Amino acid sequence: MTDDELRHVANEIRKGVLVGTHAAKSGHPGGSLSAADIFAYLYFEEMNVDPADPRKADRDRFVLSKGHTAPGLYATLAERGFFPKEDLETLRHIGSHLQGHPNMNDTPGIDMSTGSLGQGISTAVGMALAAKHWGDSYRVYTLLGDGEIEEGQVWEAAMFAGNHALDNLVVIVDHNGLQIDGTIEEVNSAMPIADKFRAFKFHVIELADGNDMAQVRAAFEEARAVKGAPVAIVAETVKGKGVSFMENQVGWHGTAPNDEQFEQAMAELAKEA
Amino acid sequence: MADVKKVATRVSYGEALVELGAEHDNFVVLDADLAAATQTGKFKAAYPDRFYDVGIAEQNLMGVAAGIASTGHVAFASTFAMFAAGRAFEQVRNSIGYPHLNVKIGATHAGISVGEDGATHQCNEDIALMRTIPGMTVIVPSDDTEAKAAVRAAYAMEGPVYMRFGRLAVPVVNDPENFDFEIGKGIVMREGTDVTIVACGLMVQAALEAAEALAEKGISAEVIDMHTIKPLDEELIVKSASKTGRVVTCEEHSVIGGLGSAVCDVLAAKCPVPVEKLGVNDVFGESGPAVDLLKKYGLDAAGVEAAVEKVLAR
Repeated sequence: MTDDELRHVANEIRKGVLVGTHAAKSGHPGGSLSAADIFAYLYFEEMNVDPADPRKADRDRFVLSKGHTAPGLYATLAERGFFPKEDLETLRHIGSHLQGHPNMNDTPGIDMSTGSLGQGISTAVGMALAAKHWGDSYRVYTLLGDGEIEEGQVWEAAMFAGNHALDNLVVIVDHNGLQIDGTIEEVNSAMPIADKFRAFKFHVIELADGNDMAQVRAAFEEARAVKGAPVAIVAETVKGKGVSFMENQVGWHGTAPNDEQFEQAMAELAKEA
Repeated sequence: MADVKKVATRVSYGEALVELGAEHDNFVVLDADLAAATQTGKFKAAYPDRFYDVGIAEQNLMGVAAGIASTGHVAFASTFAMFAAGRAFEQVRNSIGYPHLNVKIGATHAGISVGEDGATHQCNEDIALMRTIPGMTVIVPSDDTEAKAAVRAAYAMEGPVYMRFGRLAVPVVNDPENFDFEIGKGIVMREGTDVTIVACGLMVQAALEAAEALAEKGISAEVIDMHTIKPLDEELIVKSASKTGRVVTCEEHSVIGGLGSAVCDVLAAKCPVPVEKLGVNDVFGESGPAVDLLKKYGLDAAGVEAAVEKVLAR
């Protein structure tokens, strides 16, 4: 896809995030919107996946370590054709396959159940290790929040991935700067993030604007060429990106838009690609 | 009894992994810097390229195992029971249990028979923790024969399994040449009519010794080796309790939430009879030689006998 086509996909994903969280009257739009461009690139350009065969053995794997941004992943999977887009309106409803946090046994296209922060990256490391061990060529991607990396398990996983030179693993940190209780600097800063991953023997790519598709593409192309080390892409993003009143607002971490806010947000996105 | 062969079930675990490794190559073994103690070092020596040490990082141990299992392979994950079920409880619950992945947890050094290391390392809570996880199979083998059979059965089944092994060498009660093991099916080790003793782990041997002593006093005790705590063999418990009308449970674990609690759950619903739960009585352990500790905490044949007499007096 061209960058313009991917921008259009990202915009559709953002709409899906709003549809889902609005219908659920809960959920996490902020971090779903900040990662929408990365979701779009991964599922429409980067990864080898097949909506008709979601569990095909040689597929690339994706682990949403920041599992609370499931609305973003669900919107992406629906846009990619893993299930009908209408399903997004059932997000978090009783009986829906779209749980509040992803469950691999409920939803087509989900490779790992996540939601408890810090755990997803370990499972991604396990997948990458398994690929190396049994000689499989698939690649493994995992998306973490910049608040999530306060969890100690993240660094246990990073240490192991670096020591085993898992160059089939790409760790993406959605560095939008906000967590529930405030900015990450106010709460308990994990910065400098890039230096930390370097210290854990990662090849680090600092993505200056993770909401710019051309830059997102360049980062993943660089990652693909890396041999002998796992890759960390530290992506500077804007939480709530694409909806004016949600951008850079801590309050939109885990709050759903009401009817009026939903209409305004959808109107803003309708003006985009 | 002096010349009975004694083997710690952790050693059985290590040996069973080596045997399994000769037959299958779709699994790997993971440890967290305790390979010598958990005995996975035996597997490491035999198959160095199929063994991974994650270092002192039990949370990551469970997550990596889950990720491996998600790719269609099997991962054995080993550390002490305290860290497997305790420290990494939430990783086991959310990364292994919730997605119902094919991870086989080999947890060694369970209970107070850890001995000299003391309370911080004597895990008396793991059965309780693990059996609350939906879909988790929990196995507590009593001896070498059973432990090896359990490892094979755990490998062969689909889904997560928690296996509890001990540090202390214990008598080999079961004859490997004539032994049937099925997950979820208790074994009647000795038939009796006056009281049912349901035991797991090293308490099976204590129960058998107690039954022998009780027989001399004219008390006929039925001894059940309940190696699988979950799924529990409810049918066997109800059948035996219906016959004897008195039950004693024996475990090297807290009396809260373990085998005794599981048995009481069944009996309360299906066959209410007096029960005495023998186990660690809501206290932390302490340092000391394993056998002395077991005696001090009443987890020996004398303790079982006393519990039987108590339940018969009710």
